[in-house]
Amino acid sequence: MITTKPVNQKAWWLVLPVVICVAFSAVLPLMTVVNYSLQDIFSPERRVFVGTEWFALVMRDEELHAALWRQLTFSLAVLTVEIPLGIMLALAMPAKGWKSSAVLVVVALSLLIPWNVVGTIWQIFGRTDIGLLGAMLQEMGYDYSYTGNGTHAWLTVLTMDVWHWTPLVALLCFAGLRSIPDAYYQAARIDGASKFAVFRYIQLPKMRGVLMIAVLLRFMDSFMIYTEPFVLTGGGPGNATTFLSQYLTQKAVGQFDLGPAAAFSLIYFLIILLLCFILYNWMQRVGTDSKEGSDHE
Amino acid sequence: MNENRFQKRTLFLILYIVFALLPIYWMVNMSFKTNEEILSSFSFFPQHFTWDNYKTIFTDPAWYDGYINSLIIVAINMAISITVALPAAYAFSRYSFIGDKHLFFWLLTNRMTPPAVFLLPFFQLYSTLGLMDTHLAVALAHLVFNVPLAVWILEGFMSGIPREIDETAYIDGYSFPRFFLTIFLPLIKAGVGVTAFFCFMFSWVELLLARTLTSVDAKPIVATMTRTVSASGMDWATLAAAGVLTIVPGAIVIWFVRHYIAKGFAMGRV
Repeated sequence: MITTKPVNQKAWWLVLPVVICVAFSAVLPLMTVVNYSLQDIFSPERRVFVGTEWFALVMRDEELHAALWRQLTFSLAVLTVEIPLGIMLALAMPAKGWKSSAVLVVVALSLLIPWNVVGTIWQIFGRTDIGLLGAMLQEMGYDYSYTGNGTHAWLTVLTMDVWHWTPLVALLCFAGLRSIPDAYYQAARIDGASKFAVFRYIQLPKMRGVLMIAVLLRFMDSFMIYTEPFVLTGGGPGNATTFLSQYLTQKAVGQFDLGPAAAFSLIYFLIILLLCFILYNWMQRVGTDSKEGSDHE
Repeated sequence: MNENRFQKRTLFLILYIVFALLPIYWMVNMSFKTNEEILSSFSFFPQHFTWDNYKTIFTDPAWYDGYINSLIIVAINMAISITVALPAAYAFSRYSFIGDKHLFFWLLTNRMTPPAVFLLPFFQLYSTLGLMDTHLAVALAHLVFNVPLAVWILEGFMSGIPREIDETAYIDGYSFPRFFLTIFLPLIKAGVGVTAFFCFMFSWVELLLARTLTSVDAKPIVATMTRTVSASGMDWATLAAAGVLTIVPGAIVIWFVRHYIAKGFAMGRV
């Protein structure tokens, strides 16, 4: 499939509408943030150019480093759980008939709940006195409390995210799986390929494209997670579930003014950008290797 | 062996579905209770079954307007996203041009902007344009994350279609628009369906931008909810009922596109 595409500079015309849309809704605001990050703003009329002062200030912030590590751990945990689980789910979903439709709808339900409602529901759901999850865990003998115990809070946020977002991975993989022509499976059957071989050499390579989107989306969105933990735990207990986005908002609204917050969000943006770039390139290389079938990584 | 494997898969699927449905069941359960009952006791079924929470939503314009506004916003956003993304995705999947790889990745980077601090620039931009509190403002703002996603998903589906089809059509004398609309588009129906669903979903649940850019006339349901939550403590019951109702339109959308997702087979057959 990676034969060379014809070079055609006129293709830019086809891309132009997208570039205009995105430039309008993303680049303009981004420029404004860059502008803020270099100034000390007292009021719209009184502003002083401060250069990179805010960046230096933000980089030295110890709490920021802590929040960054918490964030990295969380996003890593999200990917390790949700990607394999989503692939398994996609493989287990029935392919045809009313069952397939019903399962599709049921699986997608959690994606359609507004994020603040997700947090609110889990807030009740996890309470030991009136919530199902909390009550069940207590029945099983765990001294569970997402408001009192940092580890419990962290695990609850992770479980909530897995519940909320695994369907995204599953739906993408499912659509990818369904695009594999029957002939591939027939050929595999004739060759007597094992289930695992079918997965490794047919399904996985064919899912590469959708899987890449899934990994990047889940990585980005979990890295910017805000509403759900904010509603569920408010970042607590202590700082256990204060992730980067929440820390940023605390700073922006509470202690700092606009300048440092803007500098912080630019650094934040660059971190996500860098990590996504690494992921993207790595996944592209892995994908090409497996296509040749020579690499058994 | 085969049977055994099938059973394991089914068991896994059932377990997952139970896990997926429990919190939703709890929300439905809450939506039929009164606030006092939710907070006072643990019960699997509402003891004092009530429709009041739903009545509140269906009779109060502040509530049901939220749903209408959300639907308008999402519809505008979906239409724009897919219209601009289709030709772009085609260009990326079929041609090389200067800067294509960088542009492709750059598009995605626009999803990576942490929303919290971008709220103010958005507010300023749309105030300047006089678009505040209009459906268009929110729909346009949501393009930031939906257009890149739409291009990425569509490109994935289009690359699965052999290029010989395009070439044959051009040799047969099809013009590009005619080829695209009558031959190519039907081939990637599955992709369009999936894309439409994802655009719907991300726009439907987005809160921060939608809340910042609207005040009264175009206030979407997610923003309406936050207001009710903060008024005189937590109105858990109404919130749960509203939550249940927010799932309904999305469930309908996915019901309509389910065939496109499940019949991805058509893509490789030709």
